[in-house]
Amino acid sequence: MNSSDPVAALAAGERPAQGPPPLRRAVEVQRASVVYPAADAPVHALREVDLNVDEGEFIALIGPSGCGKTTLLRVIADLEPITSGTVRVNGMSPREARLARAYGYVFQAPALFPWRTVLANVMLPLQIQRRPAATCKAIALEHLARVGLAGFERKYPWQLSGGMQQRVSIARALGFEPRILMMDEPFGALDEITRDRLNEQLQQLWQRERRTVLFVTHSIAEAAYLATRIVVMSPRPGRIVRIIDSPLPDERHLGLRDSPEFVAVAHALREALAEGHDDAGDE
Amino acid sequence: MPVAVILAAAIIAWYALAVALNASGAIERVLGLRDAPWNWRDLVEATLSMQRPVLPAPHQVARDIGASLLDWPLDSPRNLLFHVGITAAATGVGFALGALLGLLLATLIVHSRTLDRALLPWIVASQTVPVLAIAPIVLVILGSLGVTGLAPKAVIAMYLCFFPVTVATVQGLRSPQRSETELMRTYAATRWQEFWLLRVPSSLPFLMPSLRVAVAAGLVGAMVAELPTGAQAGLGARLLTGSYYGNTVQIWSALVMAALLGLALTSAVGVLERLALRHRGR
Repeated sequence: MNSSDPVAALAAGERPAQGPPPLRRAVEVQRASVVYPAADAPVHALREVDLNVDEGEFIALIGPSGCGKTTLLRVIADLEPITSGTVRVNGMSPREARLARAYGYVFQAPALFPWRTVLANVMLPLQIQRRPAATCKAIALEHLARVGLAGFERKYPWQLSGGMQQRVSIARALGFEPRILMMDEPFGALDEITRDRLNEQLQQLWQRERRTVLFVTHSIAEAAYLATRIVVMSPRPGRIVRIIDSPLPDERHLGLRDSPEFVAVAHALREALAEGHDDAGDE
Repeated sequence: MPVAVILAAAIIAWYALAVALNASGAIERVLGLRDAPWNWRDLVEATLSMQRPVLPAPHQVARDIGASLLDWPLDSPRNLLFHVGITAAATGVGFALGALLGLLLATLIVHSRTLDRALLPWIVASQTVPVLAIAPIVLVILGSLGVTGLAPKAVIAMYLCFFPVTVATVQGLRSPQRSETELMRTYAATRWQEFWLLRVPSSLPFLMPSLRVAVAAGLVGAMVAELPTGAQAGLGARLLTGSYYGNTVQIWSALVMAALLGLALTSAVGVLERLALRHRGR
């Protein structure tokens, strides 16, 4: 029996030791380091970071400023090079994944183009992919409706509130249906009420579509509410302190935040962050 | 309202200055030759209606312009509009060429480091030579090549037009923020797509004001180019003939028409600006 063929092996009855067959690995990071040379001493933005993300997971990266969470996200998105180690996205290098348009990226600022209408903004990545105009328009309209902005197509970004602009940004990132969604503190600049509503909408979106999401935040409540797995990081050097699997059910609503399980997760996060804080400075 | 107030104040100041500057000449040449004694009223009257005043009064200039525009057919060299048309044509062509050249240079500079370092010093240096010195040289060279008429004037207008457009467009093409260029990166956009979909629209708020500056500079260039050609046609030529014959009223008429032409051209570009930037809010 040739057990190097996994499909044949499974068909022949060989099963892995426990659980269902593993899902595709969306992101694999192995011993990744990012070092910036500096005048006095090099800055270790990331040091020997290991992280594996399966498809369909919602990963939150949380930590204080300078812990490398944004750097890690940018490295996976091929916006910054790594100094050493390997990163694989959908089995490809980050550059190949970027050129294959495997992911959508949402920045902290909406970064909408002020000379384009809301609809034209959402159509932008589709136009870059050279899809026919009618298709672009139809897809864009649909995704605007999914984030609750139907009827705002002809408005300009400066006519929308911050929360609405960020929703347009999310619709734009999802328009071309990427397998992975990367978000860098997308709700950081918004007030708490809008933030809660957007968290709920994002959760529901994820429920429906089950994309892999990498979400950077510095809010404990946000990380606990949204994620299936939370990666706690700490600075100097940037590294992962702990990875916490969330015991919360997949179906969530805002009322969940008062439940004991949620409080336990938040507590665990707080402890992990404190631990990382104590370790920081042991360079 | 404020414009009217300032205009009225300017005209009153003009009259007062005319009386003051023309007074000595008036006394010498007009009042002194009369037998009767003269008073203030006579002085004011005389200074405001001299044949060759130091500073013509507004109504003298207005009368001269009116006579020129209404008494002569449009294709006669005695009609100021004929000259306005000639200068405007040279300015328009020079402006269009200069704007295109500026856009082309800016695109090259933004996309190539080597060209950035190679071209920019030359472009800046080109503007430090006064156009009054360059114009005759260019006209002589072009004339010897058989290029006369509107073309050499347009070349000199272009020479003055392209610089503000280049500088402003370079700044505008480089204005997108890091998050916007990185956004295009995440979409795997080609360089051309990034240029056309991001950089060009971002550069319009910088380009448009520079076009207004360029058209005004182009007008100056066209008029300066008309001076060395022996005063054939155009507003610059009218200025020159006026000064040849000591006809200050003619000089001032040409000046006023040039100012009005400049206003018209910049307003036209202003309309273009408003059209291009109409959806950007604020």
